[in-house]
Amino acid sequence: MLALARGETVSAAWLLTAAVATYAIGYRFYSRFIAQRVFRLDASRTTPAVRFNDGRDYVPTNRVIVFGHHFAAIAGPGPLVGPTLAAQFGFLPGTIWLLLGAVLGGAVQDFVILCASIRRDGKSLAAMAKDEIGPVAGGMALFAILGIMIILIAVLALVIVNALKASPWGTVTLMLTIPIALFLGVYLRWVRPHRVLEATAIGVVMLIGALFAGQWAAADPVIARLFTLSPMVLAWSLMIYGFAASVLPVWLLLAPRDYLSAFVKIGVVFALGIGILFLLPPLKMPALTKYIDGTGPVFAGSLFPFAFITIACGAVSGFHALISSGTTPKMLESEPDARPVGYGGMLTESMVAVMALIAACALTPGVYFAINSPASAIGTTAASAATAVSSWGFQVSPSDLTELARRVGESSLLSRTGGAPSLAVGMATIFSSFFSGGGALALWYHFAIMFEALFILTVLDAGTRVGRFILQDLLSNVWQPFGRVSWYPGVVLASALFVAGWGVFLIQGITGGFNNLWPLFGIANQLLAAIALSVGTTVIIKMGKPRYALVTLVPLVWLVAVTSTASVQKIFAADPRLGLLAHAKTVTGSLAFADYLDAAVAGFFLVSVLIVVFDAVRVWLRVISPAPKLVPQP
Amino acid sequence: MTAATLRAAVLRIIGVPDYERYVAHMRAHHPDEPVLSRDAFMRERMAARYERPGARCC
Repeated sequence: MLALARGETVSAAWLLTAAVATYAIGYRFYSRFIAQRVFRLDASRTTPAVRFNDGRDYVPTNRVIVFGHHFAAIAGPGPLVGPTLAAQFGFLPGTIWLLLGAVLGGAVQDFVILCASIRRDGKSLAAMAKDEIGPVAGGMALFAILGIMIILIAVLALVIVNALKASPWGTVTLMLTIPIALFLGVYLRWVRPHRVLEATAIGVVMLIGALFAGQWAAADPVIARLFTLSPMVLAWSLMIYGFAASVLPVWLLLAPRDYLSAFVKIGVVFALGIGILFLLPPLKMPALTKYIDGTGPVFAGSLFPFAFITIACGAVSGFHALISSGTTPKMLESEPDARPVGYGGMLTESMVAVMALIAACALTPGVYFAINSPASAIGTTAASAATAVSSWGFQVSPSDLTELARRVGESSLLSRTGGAPSLAVGMATIFSSFFSGGGALALWYHFAIMFEALFILTVLDAGTRVGRFILQDLLSNVWQPFGRVSWYPGVVLASALFVAGWGVFLIQGITGGFNNLWPLFGIANQLLAAIALSVGTTVIIKMGKPRYALVTLVPLVWLVAVTSTASVQKIFAADPRLGLLAHAKTVTGSLAFADYLDAAVAGFFLVSVLIVVFDAVRVWLRVISPAPKLVPQP
Repeated sequence: MTAATLRAAVLRIIGVPDYERYVAHMRAHHPDEPVLSRDAFMRERMAARYERPGARCC
């Protein structure tokens, strides 16, 4: 189909049709195979939610609600950013990987881990790794989770920094969301306790107010200058915010902000889907670009393995295994519900990623590359950027770039790396074709930026708090009082340590560029997926069905190949654009330190994944080796 | 579907703890144990939500 259309622009309709057809086949046949043959899900077996029903953690819940809850938990900013970046290879590689990766890998992982956890009283991934494989794998899993959270928060914070730097409108809008959350917290505590829907409705209205307040602030030269912040100031503000979220009571900041963003999240995803469906924008990006050879400006590295690293969420995301073994297994009231929730939930997220890819590929390629390429590649003026991008074969004029920036209400869109701004331009273009008129593009652009930033803040603050608890737990092994969650010095110290952990990566990402940090996150996320799939394979083999273990073994082998190739290339490649060690030799001081640090982290992830996989293989061989023959007793 | 069920469903999906269900559960299964007040229940649930990975993702 796609080949037939070559030479003319392809409509998003083709992509959507291919996606829906692939998901339908995968769900109808493959997930049924896993449900009926591999796990034999059985409505007559009681689930942990029924068995341990306590009205708190374990609550049997209708599957539609579990699906919504599960989807709201797994859907984050990842599937919006990754596909946008991977668009530098053209729309085809990203689409194929999103579809096949989800149907054969990601959805399988989420579903298998959910089934395994239901059969084990709702145990967590780390606990299952320890019980099913061994203490080494269990310990590695815990460390990997902590490491991934640090990299994840750093890279997402960097997305916000790059979207808001020198953007008074965006900065004011996002800053206002914090007092709005505090107000809702107080409102729910003292003014109208527990009226969550009412408070959230007020919050949504206030968010729209914040959007217009940002516009007003950006139009006033004095106020605009006050909120035109440098990346470093933004980074420190985010770190202070993360620390505050970790030590303040949950009801004051985290919970009300979470309710609000869950609402906005589901609403905007729906709106984007409907917008794309009605508009069916033509894809201006070619199916494949020349950058599959690894010379791309958005990030370095060739199609294999880096397309599969750049897009983690939306295809396979190891982080989902934590949700599938977290709250969700404690809510399912019937075993067969695991199929729509686990497998179906991931397909829905994959669909969101396909929509993000469509929004990025609907941009003129020249504009896409001007927004997503670093200043080192395109210079800092519209003229230099237009010359550079046009010389790559993507025609764009300086006035195209300045005019677009003016229409979205920004001083410049050049080198706004991180994916959020180009996605926001794509979303704004789609939305403003329905509601256009004076300045609509600028409002929609900043609405989209606020939406993405809100998305990211929920990961940043909740993640920092969870990281603090994991750290306190680890520190309590050194000195007992650290484990006490209400001991203030312990709380402050663990919070500060964890924020410092991601802060280091954030700050070196600002100086060193976005294109090192995102691959590191992809590697980390796929490593966690490899751990989850190792656990899944072990569980299936232990059920006495080694043949069916191929279900998880095939994606596992693929992910190990991808992560190990990517980490080795990232560390050792001779090209300084790609290889961290080669790059470290070209710079000095803190830049070189950043390279060595990133290389060490990539090395740590590689070693961890190998340890877990070897440990798992050892267990598999022991289980499937023929049992010693029983000697008949005389 | 009545407005009340829809409202309850939306609240559960965005992650608001279900106090009515908790009380009903305690009445039915643990009639001799003390039942937390709505305030105490909500605070306990919210604190638990952010203590472990599994509530939030990328």
